[in-house]
Amino acid sequence: MKKFLPVVATMAAAMLATTAVRAADVEVIHWWTSGGEQAAVTVFANEFDALGGDKWIDTAIALGETARAAVMQRALGGDPPEAAQFNPGRQYEELIAAGLLLDLTPLAEAEGWSDIVRPDTIESSCHIDGKWWCVPVNIHSWQWGWASIPAFEKVGLAVPKNMDEFIAAAPKLKEAGIIPFAVGGDGGGWQISGMAGVLQLNMLGVELRDKIFRDLDTAAAAGPEVTKVFETVRSLQQYSDDGSVGRNWNDTTNLVITDAAAFQIMGDWARGEFSVAGEQPGVDYECVAGPADKPYLNTGGDIFVFFKQNDPDVERAQLKLASMMINPRVQALFNNAKGSLPVRDDVDMSLADACMKKGLALLADPATVVADVGQYRTEDFNIQMNDLWTDFWFNPETTVEQAQARFVDLIANAD
Amino acid sequence: MADIAAARAAGAKPGVGGRGGGLRRRRLQLIPSIISTLPMAATAIGVFIICIIFTIIWSFTNSKLFPTFNFVGLDQYERLWATPKWQVSVSNVWVFGVVSMAGNLVFGYLLAVFMDQRIRQEDLFRTIFLYPVALSGVVTGLVWQWMMDPNLGIQEAVRNMGWTNFQFAPLVQPETALYGMVVAGIWGGVGVTMAILLAGLRGVDTEVWKAAKVDGIPAWRTYLFIALPMMKGAVITAVILQAVGVIRVFDLVIAMTGGGPGIATQMPAVYVVQAINTRAVGQGMAAATMMLLPVALIIAVQFVFRWRAKLRAERLATR
Repeated sequence: MKKFLPVVATMAAAMLATTAVRAADVEVIHWWTSGGEQAAVTVFANEFDALGGDKWIDTAIALGETARAAVMQRALGGDPPEAAQFNPGRQYEELIAAGLLLDLTPLAEAEGWSDIVRPDTIESSCHIDGKWWCVPVNIHSWQWGWASIPAFEKVGLAVPKNMDEFIAAAPKLKEAGIIPFAVGGDGGGWQISGMAGVLQLNMLGVELRDKIFRDLDTAAAAGPEVTKVFETVRSLQQYSDDGSVGRNWNDTTNLVITDAAAFQIMGDWARGEFSVAGEQPGVDYECVAGPADKPYLNTGGDIFVFFKQNDPDVERAQLKLASMMINPRVQALFNNAKGSLPVRDDVDMSLADACMKKGLALLADPATVVADVGQYRTEDFNIQMNDLWTDFWFNPETTVEQAQARFVDLIANAD
Repeated sequence: MADIAAARAAGAKPGVGGRGGGLRRRRLQLIPSIISTLPMAATAIGVFIICIIFTIIWSFTNSKLFPTFNFVGLDQYERLWATPKWQVSVSNVWVFGVVSMAGNLVFGYLLAVFMDQRIRQEDLFRTIFLYPVALSGVVTGLVWQWMMDPNLGIQEAVRNMGWTNFQFAPLVQPETALYGMVVAGIWGGVGVTMAILLAGLRGVDTEVWKAAKVDGIPAWRTYLFIALPMMKGAVITAVILQAVGVIRVFDLVIAMTGGGPGIATQMPAVYVVQAINTRAVGQGMAAATMMLLPVALIIAVQFVFRWRAKLRAERLATR
């Protein structure tokens, strides 16, 4: 009986609390629409709904550029979603400046985000001038090649470890009726631009790349090293197929999964497609870090911003979602499904496969971890780079000299 | 313009019956029609005039996501004309415009002549020919994209029938992709041209036909050298409708090629939307202002034609 009163009191308090707090819908806009991506975002949605009360409202919009545009339009129109996906960097700087985002600093300080989030290039994209404006959820690196082991076995060659080995193997693959180099031209050429960026980082090295893209050094942009990058991209073009026009990235990855194509340069999100298809690393496919002898890991990825909603219930639910996204258990589940690396290193990665372990090893070495170009430059600049690369790739009349001159021009006018 | 004309027409009717005090009644009866046209007038002024003014103003600023009034002179225009994608867009819209408008007129007139042969089931055929117009450009684009797809479309179908070297996949080659789009554009627009030209043909006096027949002129020459010059108005209307559609072509590009291969099928309207979407609003506004110029020019031409026609009518009336 003695215990009864406090129990009743807590029950009553709990009931009061639950009635006072209204469950909120949290609409989340993201561009995770491929099979592997959907598996990953479902982790977030299910985990959030399992917390009880509030609901995850899923708004998936295909293609990052389109999704981000929709978020911006809604923010401008005064009807922003509760949460939205961006890539770390400068994509959301105007939103912060305009005061449209929910300040996550109190939550971040309570949970000690500054101590657990790594590497610095990821932390600094959300932790800006002492305030936390977004939640980093994963680290994605572009610096990977994906090889079909059966395709290379068919022509009796080893899986290449760098681009020189690949270019040497390509004619033989083509003879055997295999598409040597899989790439897709959808969405204004982001795949081609990304692939070229991978070669750029490998061939220029991080110092020279940063000199060009961060410090906007036009003399370096006009240099012979950059010329060589353009020449290499040009030489790869003959090894792709006619169907590459307008093909999206996951259909392109599917060519490697089905062994119709031998090799694709794509970020580590491609791993999610291989695992959804039931492929085993080392048996069916190989992930080639770099692809270079001295691989880098560039820290792109995804972050979520939360828009101010002027409703305490919604804000509570938003903070709950933010906290959940960075929770170690959710980080493990999500990143395993997504093929990305977690943003904190106290995560149980016993489920990690061989490819993810390679990535984690690279991440542990500070010398290989470099920022993404998107962290230096605006989306406007990146789209112009896409235009440059996609034109260079598909239009044989654009010469190396013209393309490089245009590149120098873009660097000179970048802001 | 349209609302004033409507108001005038609405006002003119009741005035006929009114005698003594008719003027006041006429004014009173004008009020409902003025009220009913106000929303349209407000939309026209609000959406078109004010938005166009702001578009032009912002094209001289360095607005990014949020429009600002940070003026930078002609910087946006300099960047615009230095950008290969814009240069390609402008040349594409010329090629696409000229070829698709010419094709449209030729096929539209042929269809109109065909319909003019007192065929059976004219209504059925007219519906069939007009049907593509009712489709959204996205649907038109997708259907044609599938037909021109090297792996699913006409090429594959013909190859399966035995002609293994058959080639018809214009969209995958940068040199031919634009013409693939022209085909879809003509298919989508020819129905309207046919309808307008058919109305024009029917407007030609039957006496003219009889006279031509008596003179022993073959039918094709009558159609080409007698009927066609007599329906200048219909031809001009058809051309102007097509021209305005060409300048703002957007959905076909998005559905068929996404601007590719590379940037080979980029168009000005796509450039504008993409600039705004990537938070380069000032740049998008500069491109939009450049797009406004030819539209304004076309409308001006139309005005001149109408004004000359009106002058001629007045001269005839006073004679």
